[in-house]
Amino acid sequence: MDISILWYLVPSILLFACGVYGFITRKNMIAMLISLELMLNSADLNFVIFNRYLFPGSMEGMIFTLFAIAIAAAETAIAIALIINIYRAIGNTNVTDIKEMKF
Amino acid sequence: MDSVGNIILYFVVAIVMVISAYLAVTTTKILRAATYLLFSLICTAVFYFQLGYQFLGAVQIAVYAGGIMVLFVFAIILTHKPNEKSAPLLAHRKFTGIAASVVGAALLLVALFKMPLVKGISLSQAIAYGGPQLTMHDIGTALVGSEKFQYLLPFEAVSVLLLACIIGGVVIARKK
Repeated sequence: MDISILWYLVPSILLFACGVYGFITRKNMIAMLISLELMLNSADLNFVIFNRYLFPGSMEGMIFTLFAIAIAAAETAIAIALIINIYRAIGNTNVTDIKEMKF
Repeated sequence: MDSVGNIILYFVVAIVMVISAYLAVTTTKILRAATYLLFSLICTAVFYFQLGYQFLGAVQIAVYAGGIMVLFVFAIILTHKPNEKSAPLLAHRKFTGIAASVVGAALLLVALFKMPLVKGISLSQAIAYGGPQLTMHDIGTALVGSEKFQYLLPFEAVSVLLLACIIGGVVIARKK
């Protein structure tokens, strides 16, 4: 039995589908951010898989994932700062309760 | 031909990863969702190790499972009461979510199994084709070199981005 490229791509697709489901159904902004991280993670995983199986001699996919992880960290920090600010203004973090840009 | 140990490891990790991802988006308690996300991220790191990218797996654990999860837990504790449950889902939202994710996953799977380039090599062959293991020296030279396939400019851009992110975070979350 061989672990082919499909074996890795299928869990990655399922991870992405979970992320899509959570992003659409959740109303809490932190839960939406968690779903977003899942989708981002599955994209990162794909870069690495294609790098390993289709271009084993180079490491461009790995470097791309390294930068993606760095940018994801920055993005999450800013998003959480925004969420805490919203919580201070309206008392909860539901997207449906945010109706004005400036309070 | 891959070793039996690798195959068992693959199945355990893949199943835990998908189940914890599913639980992360369906559980009603937000702190549990963050914990399930943590399991999912760690399983991804194990995949990186298995694919032969040790440095990337270490970065995934340190930055994602370490840094980002701490941020999530802090944000959750700051903005939620203990044991607070999220409101039940509206029927049409749930329907839209299931439809979008199932249709999307089905399309992706069809495209994947029709793709010609996937009929190929096994993991051990792929790792063997890759030549000797990547060393820290290779990764370091690739990150801060300025020739072809070297990434000095993106590296510096990311450092400026992180600085901007620190300042932005302080400015946004500061008390008026």
